[in-house]
Amino acid sequence: MRRIKILEEKFFVFLSAFMTYSLITVLAFIILVIFIKGFNALNLDMILKTPQGGYYYGGEGGVLNAIMGSLYIAVGATLIAIFIGMPAALYINVQLVRYRRTQNTIRYFLDALWGIPSIVYGAFGFTLMLFLGMNASLLAGIITVALLISPIMVRTFDEVLSTIPRGLHEASLALGSTRTETAFRVMLRQGFSGFITAILLSFGRGIGDAASVLFTAGYTDNIPINLDEPAATLPLAIFFQLGSPIPEVRERAFASAVILTIIILAISLSARIISKRYSRSNLK
Amino acid sequence: MNNAAASQTSEVSTKAALHSSQIVKIQDLNVFAGDHHILKNINLEIPRNKITVLLGPSGCGKTTLLKCMNKLTDLYRELKVSGSIFIEKDDILNTTTNIPSIRQKMGLLSQRPYPLPVSIYRNVSYGLKLKGVRDRKLINFSVEKHLREVGLWEEVKNRLNAPATSLSIGQQQRLCLARGLAVKPSIILADEPTSALDPISSKIIENLFKDIKKHYTIILVTHVLRQAIRLADHAIFMIDGEIIEQGDPEELFKNPQTEELRAYLVDGN
Repeated sequence: MRRIKILEEKFFVFLSAFMTYSLITVLAFIILVIFIKGFNALNLDMILKTPQGGYYYGGEGGVLNAIMGSLYIAVGATLIAIFIGMPAALYINVQLVRYRRTQNTIRYFLDALWGIPSIVYGAFGFTLMLFLGMNASLLAGIITVALLISPIMVRTFDEVLSTIPRGLHEASLALGSTRTETAFRVMLRQGFSGFITAILLSFGRGIGDAASVLFTAGYTDNIPINLDEPAATLPLAIFFQLGSPIPEVRERAFASAVILTIIILAISLSARIISKRYSRSNLK
Repeated sequence: MNNAAASQTSEVSTKAALHSSQIVKIQDLNVFAGDHHILKNINLEIPRNKITVLLGPSGCGKTTLLKCMNKLTDLYRELKVSGSIFIEKDDILNTTTNIPSIRQKMGLLSQRPYPLPVSIYRNVSYGLKLKGVRDRKLINFSVEKHLREVGLWEEVKNRLNAPATSLSIGQQQRLCLARGLAVKPSIILADEPTSALDPISSKIIENLFKDIKKHYTIILVTHVLRQAIRLADHAIFMIDGEIIEQGDPEELFKNPQTEELRAYLVDGN
């Protein structure tokens, strides 16, 4: 009996460790493959130049148009999502604190929205765009991506706010704070690391999504200057270049993927540092 | 110090000045959570500038009674509260006074400390800022005064800008008391404030209560009988949502009139 228990213990420890490390290995492998395949095409021109004549046949240029387009769209959409997400998450956790059933219903709908494939958001954004008489543009892309990432923003922030002890909420009210003061002076501060995580996750999802911008932002070799101009994006740059029969162009697709990955890693890292700094003064 | 003066006169002629010596009066208070009758026909009066102890086994409704007094029951939709709670002659259950200003009449000390996620200094100044005080000097003065009042000043004066969570749990509880006092309440609601603390920190809190009762009315919930005996000027014994006995603690603990209290005193000791 004792030996079986020891064996069982060893087996499951091994199994869980194996699964954990193999997942990490696979992820590391993906990044490695992208780097190796894109290495030859990685040069300063890639990030400093827009496509020149004949770029898509292996000619001169880079994907600065897509880098800038992606950043514009992701930053714009994240800003909109913050304006939607922060009040919404605070509302769920402060104003609705008495109404558990309403809270859960709202969370259910937000989870459902989170789960909708981004191509559906793309199609919706496209319909909205036609309805408003807009063309494929930076603005349409920003709005569509904002819709896509808002539920992520709300739910991620909400998830952290909901773990804040009821006692802190009560302490704030007992000091005579109104609900709004409790929301912004106590809950937002206490949940600030979650807020940063929410921004990071939303931004990452926004900058990496191809389907939602496919019809709405369009594609262009120029860097957009106005909101009504079309904008290129990195995911679509990867998509278009990867479909090329020319090996050099396919290499550039991988180089673009490297750029996108680096952007996401950098943002993820800085968000972690910021959120750590802010969670120091929090209740454990 | 109006309160101190009031307490002296009330001690001189307790019976004659019955009304001014009572700060809280609860009449026919009933609380339901669905079908569950949590508080049953509570009628009580709480003397000013004394420590009133709410004693009873866990789950007897002591905390709920405390939460009724500063209307934190509002946070729980399932709780239906009826009756009257007069605080300084204002029936807070049936009043038009805004809730934050009712709550500022009472400081709350909960079972474990919940410092706000800001610095030590800003924890104490928080209530003042809510009240609209902007004068730096006044805020500094008040922060020092209340940190001294709870005996924390010497320990923290060199790190006022450190996060409140860097303090030990006993210090945090005293900080929470200072934070509550800074709002200038007349009542302190203390819900088993020493239950998460070590014996030394508990002792400090108990001694603090004895010191500050000159200026504040303290309502202390506890299930520690010995703490009740040490601190109580007035005792209320509850079981299962009902007040079984209330009155002078010496009388109550020496000659319990009911079987329930007798049994509790034996088990509690």
